[in-house]
Amino acid sequence: MYPTPDIIWHSPHQRPAAAANRHRGASGHLLALAHAGAFLGLLLVGVLLLALVAGPVLVGGLGLGHLIADLLHGSLGSGSDLTYLLGVLIGVASCWLLLPVALLAARRLAVRTSRLSARWCGVLIRQSYAPRPRGSRQGWRPGTTRLSYQQRMGWLLGDQATWRDLAWLLVNTVAGFVLLLVPLLLVGVGIVAFMIPGIGVFPGFAEHAVPKPAFPGNTPLVLFLIGLAMTAAGTLLAPLVLGGYAGLARWVLTPSAQAELQLRVAHLARTRTETLDTGAAELRRIERDLHDGAQARLVAMGLTLDAAGRLIDSDPAAARALLYEARDASAKALAELRDLVRGIHPPVLADRGIADAVRAIALDSPLRVQVTGALPGRPPAPVESAAYFAVSELLANVAKHSGTEAATVDVRHESGALRISVRDDGDGGADPARGTGLRGIERRLAAFDGVLVVTSPPGGPTEAILDVPCALS
Amino acid sequence: MRVVIAEDLFLLREGLIRLLEAYGFEVAAATDNGEDFLAAIRKGGCDVAVVDVRLPPTFTDEGLRAALTARAENPGLPILVVSQYVEQLYARELLADGAGAVGYLLKDRVLDGAQFTDAVSRVARGGTAMDPEVIARLLARNTTPEGPVGKLSPREREVLELMAEGRSNVAIAARLVVTERAVAKHTASIFGKLGLQPSDDDNRRVLAVLAYLGR
Repeated sequence: MYPTPDIIWHSPHQRPAAAANRHRGASGHLLALAHAGAFLGLLLVGVLLLALVAGPVLVGGLGLGHLIADLLHGSLGSGSDLTYLLGVLIGVASCWLLLPVALLAARRLAVRTSRLSARWCGVLIRQSYAPRPRGSRQGWRPGTTRLSYQQRMGWLLGDQATWRDLAWLLVNTVAGFVLLLVPLLLVGVGIVAFMIPGIGVFPGFAEHAVPKPAFPGNTPLVLFLIGLAMTAAGTLLAPLVLGGYAGLARWVLTPSAQAELQLRVAHLARTRTETLDTGAAELRRIERDLHDGAQARLVAMGLTLDAAGRLIDSDPAAARALLYEARDASAKALAELRDLVRGIHPPVLADRGIADAVRAIALDSPLRVQVTGALPGRPPAPVESAAYFAVSELLANVAKHSGTEAATVDVRHESGALRISVRDDGDGGADPARGTGLRGIERRLAAFDGVLVVTSPPGGPTEAILDVPCALS
Repeated sequence: MRVVIAEDLFLLREGLIRLLEAYGFEVAAATDNGEDFLAAIRKGGCDVAVVDVRLPPTFTDEGLRAALTARAENPGLPILVVSQYVEQLYARELLADGAGAVGYLLKDRVLDGAQFTDAVSRVARGGTAMDPEVIARLLARNTTPEGPVGKLSPREREVLELMAEGRSNVAIAARLVVTERAVAKHTASIFGKLGLQPSDDDNRRVLAVLAYLGR
């Protein structure tokens, strides 16, 4: 359920990238032309993808058609029917194998298009995909899961975003193609068919001669001027066309307000339940700790004091021993209460806020932890608390599993979010799916629309970044 | 010895006054917030201050900040900070100026009057009084088997703990029921293993050990 580098999963707070319009000025126009070319390349990949799926469909369809025709003519059972049947089988099998791959490829194309349109045209396309469910099978790498075919198709086809990706594939192939071709053709034809024949008649350029178009008055100068005009028109049009293309992509790919709300409501319902569960479990733990710890000690203390009171006249020495015992019991009760408070709301967090609290964790950690960064203000208390326990858990993980003795923590507030990264140069290979710790952190953060991103290739380094949108006060 | 107290809980404040007076201290002022505490210190004539970390109006680290301010205004002013909990971060801030004459203890330590007042007078004399819990945590993070602290014998560890809390050789000897000479031998061995410059001055020795453990 982690954002992978190439696919934006459903994340309720996608922050807008800096949307600079780069297609201004002469060089900007040429850049726009190049970008149009790049989009066209991406489009052709989409066409290839369509062809790849269309091939087996065609083979299967033809086979099926022939079989039905034979059935209607009553000539079923002829030798060629076996070939037709084979065609149908090949078609069905290829579709079965290709479909999930093709759907994911279509998704990749759509994601790529929306990223490029954000970067090149400043047109932001908000895509939200349903997160990948946990599979029922053991994955190739330990700790991961694999989806069964049914699960995979259910996940993909059940997601409205998949259908938007497919719609984009079709719209792009037809309308997008026409749109992108306009400036590229104007420039291409202008140069090849008019300017080059125009230049070709000048002395010294004869070897470049291209047959000039035949129409009355086709002198080299006229041809050259027509070519120049077409090239200029194409270049001038390019940014406009590119903007239109990005707009088209946005129109097709952006989920409807209703779909977005649906996802949002599902997310909120899930995180609310998890938050309530966590809260209830926490209260139970506190109750148990108090009951078994401080409360029991206070009862014992009362009994000891009572015994001391009864002994004070007859055996003062024994009474004194009992009083000291009661004092020690009170010290133990205090120590337990202190630990309990630390677990509920760490005092240093209340005193100093998250940045210093992280420094305090670093000092208590057996690792050599370097803490960098600072915050200009304080995030809301619940966010601070969640972040504190997350960092505490992450550093404990580093100490336990990474095989290294050093880590760095960076705390900052960026683009409207508290961002804390915990990094180590250890063994790597940390897997969110394996431990309950990372999932617990994820759940805690989800209540604030926060996310945890863990990158931990085998061999390290491991970096966990938690990112919680919030304002500072 | 004149003491200024800053503690907002009435019962504890009264308890502290009674305890300190019972052990022969003179309570110059007993305040319940940081502002009044600083005012009392500025009046002068205070030999040692006992300050609670959490004070009104913010109920965060008001007292600690007041203590640091007082130290900045009067370098070397002996201050003992008490708190319901101890944080290494705060211990570090108190020790940062390297001047000594600071203490940082859990409030629980008040329960043992003799030990607590001993810590107060130690701080007043320019010594150090670190809570065993601070030291235990400092040691815990330094105890890798192959590290220098891991190489200490159990007895040397005990001596190191007591030394880091700020006790003199005499006090350590009394605590461990050994001769002073035995303690001196242990400390020399500890300083050798940790690669620290030996020092006859008790205070400087403590600060060196704390700096080593907190590095």
